[in-house]
Amino acid sequence: MSDRPIRVLVAKPGLDGHDVGAKVVARALVDAGFEVIYSGLHQTPETIANAAQEEDVDVIGLSVLSGSHIPLCTRLRDLLNEKGLDDRLWMIGGNIPESDRAPLMELGYKGVFPTSSSLDDIVEFIRENVA
Amino acid sequence: MTVQKPNIGVDPAPAKKVVNESGIEIKTLYTREDVIASGGIDESLPGEAPFTRGIHKEMYRKRPWTMRQYTGFSNAADTNERFHYLIANGQTGLNVAFDLVSQCGYDSDSPEAFGEVGRVGMAIDTLKDFEIAFDGIDLDKITVSLTINGSAAIMIAMYLAMAEKRGFDVKNLRGTAQNDILKEFIGRGTWIFPVEASVKLVADTIEYCATHAPKYSPVSVCGYHIRESGANPAEEMGFAFAIAKAYTDEALKRGLKIDEFANRLSYNFNIYGNLFEQVAKFRAGRRLWAKIVLDEYGARDPKSGWLRMIAGGGGFGLTIEQPENNITRGAYYALVAALSGAQTMALCCYDEAYTIPTPKAQRISLRTMQLMIEEIGLTDTVDPLGGSYFIETMTNEMEKKIVEAMDWVDSVGGIVPAVANGVIQAHVSRQAYQRQRDLESGALRKVGVNCYVEENEEAPQVEMHPYDDVAANEQIASLKKVKAERDNAAVETHLTQLKADAEAGKNVMPALIEAVKAYATVGEMTNVLVEVYGRFDEPVTL
Repeated sequence: MSDRPIRVLVAKPGLDGHDVGAKVVARALVDAGFEVIYSGLHQTPETIANAAQEEDVDVIGLSVLSGSHIPLCTRLRDLLNEKGLDDRLWMIGGNIPESDRAPLMELGYKGVFPTSSSLDDIVEFIRENVA
Repeated sequence: MTVQKPNIGVDPAPAKKVVNESGIEIKTLYTREDVIASGGIDESLPGEAPFTRGIHKEMYRKRPWTMRQYTGFSNAADTNERFHYLIANGQTGLNVAFDLVSQCGYDSDSPEAFGEVGRVGMAIDTLKDFEIAFDGIDLDKITVSLTINGSAAIMIAMYLAMAEKRGFDVKNLRGTAQNDILKEFIGRGTWIFPVEASVKLVADTIEYCATHAPKYSPVSVCGYHIRESGANPAEEMGFAFAIAKAYTDEALKRGLKIDEFANRLSYNFNIYGNLFEQVAKFRAGRRLWAKIVLDEYGARDPKSGWLRMIAGGGGFGLTIEQPENNITRGAYYALVAALSGAQTMALCCYDEAYTIPTPKAQRISLRTMQLMIEEIGLTDTVDPLGGSYFIETMTNEMEKKIVEAMDWVDSVGGIVPAVANGVIQAHVSRQAYQRQRDLESGALRKVGVNCYVEENEEAPQVEMHPYDDVAANEQIASLKKVKAERDNAAVETHLTQLKADAEAGKNVMPALIEAVKAYATVGEMTNVLVEVYGRFDEPVTL
């Protein structure tokens, strides 16, 4: 393992404009010593997959509060697989019903952190799961 | 020479300070002296400038607040059905939720609409959808608020065209559009055009309505979402005033007189948090806004200085943990709105941290507001907390804090540049982070979250609103049908006119109205405006 800090892409796919959570998490990750690239709003799965590749991130973290996480995550899964980024840690947070946890894990999103998750838990999860 | 006595036997720790979110220290007791020391006794009466105690003389004695739950999902037909349900249950206004596709100016069949059609609100593509959404609703009796911002000019055009088509006199039509784009850049995020062009569009709607729909409120300036994004209550109001002043200045530049439009500006504020701080915020805000409009802008009509508001929501205050507690929180928030003299109320429903509210959850919120009127006596007298030493002192102190927040905005270059370069966004975001840290450390107490958490708590049973992708596909089919049946040459002509007017820097509302009547789509009209104005380039900051 290299000495470089863990690199995380925090991204907002779709048209959902609620970015308080994404920014709060991003700031917590910076404070934890990670390098964070924040995408800004209104990103398509394509731009997110491209950014993940260009920035060579270890973690791809999505934030979705509009309820469209399953279709968005499905499309992004295909794009990330095409780019050979299936060895990176995929995570998602936001307004995610408990019943969607299993389908998201099935898609390859190993970390599912719905509203009310703790920042420390998210940080810890990344530390434990980035090889 | 003084002798420093040793501290033996004396507890060196001072009594615990109580400081409200806006940074004002709260004393154990307030007396008349505190009111005087904080700025004096305000003897003004309700209905008289500066309206500290309320904008109307009789307030709720004459008419209780309008009840306007935020509603919209799937398509126009499904939403229309829910509108009728709420009206049948005694709701007195409508508050329309659009899907993100419509909010961001796309059509339901655009690639950007992927996964979002009808998701968080109803899908609107053309005037046809407006006709369906408001079918059977008497627009003279039920006022409609459109929660729309980036594409607001288009949706206002659709609303006015729909009303006219149904035979309502647009000159007498009441209603509101949220249409506060500056706060969208700070929180909520459904922007489309660059900041300056966006402000220009807001001024277009103000100018157009001042002449053609003088009773319609084209803008509802929102402190609400700024507060949700991390601002404290004083900043919520201070930043909202800075925004309202930006729109006002733009409208004045058009040659409008302050008294021709100031009375049609309205506000949307948040109600979660400390009850007394919120009530003082509203009383102070009313007084300060009246001073700004009447003294600073020189309005002659006292009504121009009215701070008319919807006070409601409280989304950030609600929790996903122990969701039934949100029913109680909602009741306290409604109490805040009633004690604050709100013109209109909307409450977040207890299940909203999970889902689009079910009819049952919406009915509970509605009943919460109704029982304040029928059982608790909240409409009996005006400004019932007025004269309390505490409230009056807090009102004076909050006014100073709101002024401080406005001064801070000026110190960072003014609201429009500070939004364009992301300074405001970074400021509130930092505070949101601190708030989250405080919640997690327990410094900020939250029942069911960091205190009174039960061991082995059962997972809450919340009924989820199902997403209907059949309706989404139907929406796309219906859009295709409208496009096939309309006069495409007429659409083309009106879109060309829209582009010419936008390029010439003219008010685009007349061209939008014509394009809308020809069933041009939201996406077509937005694309024309994007060609001229460009798209917002978000200053990506944490």
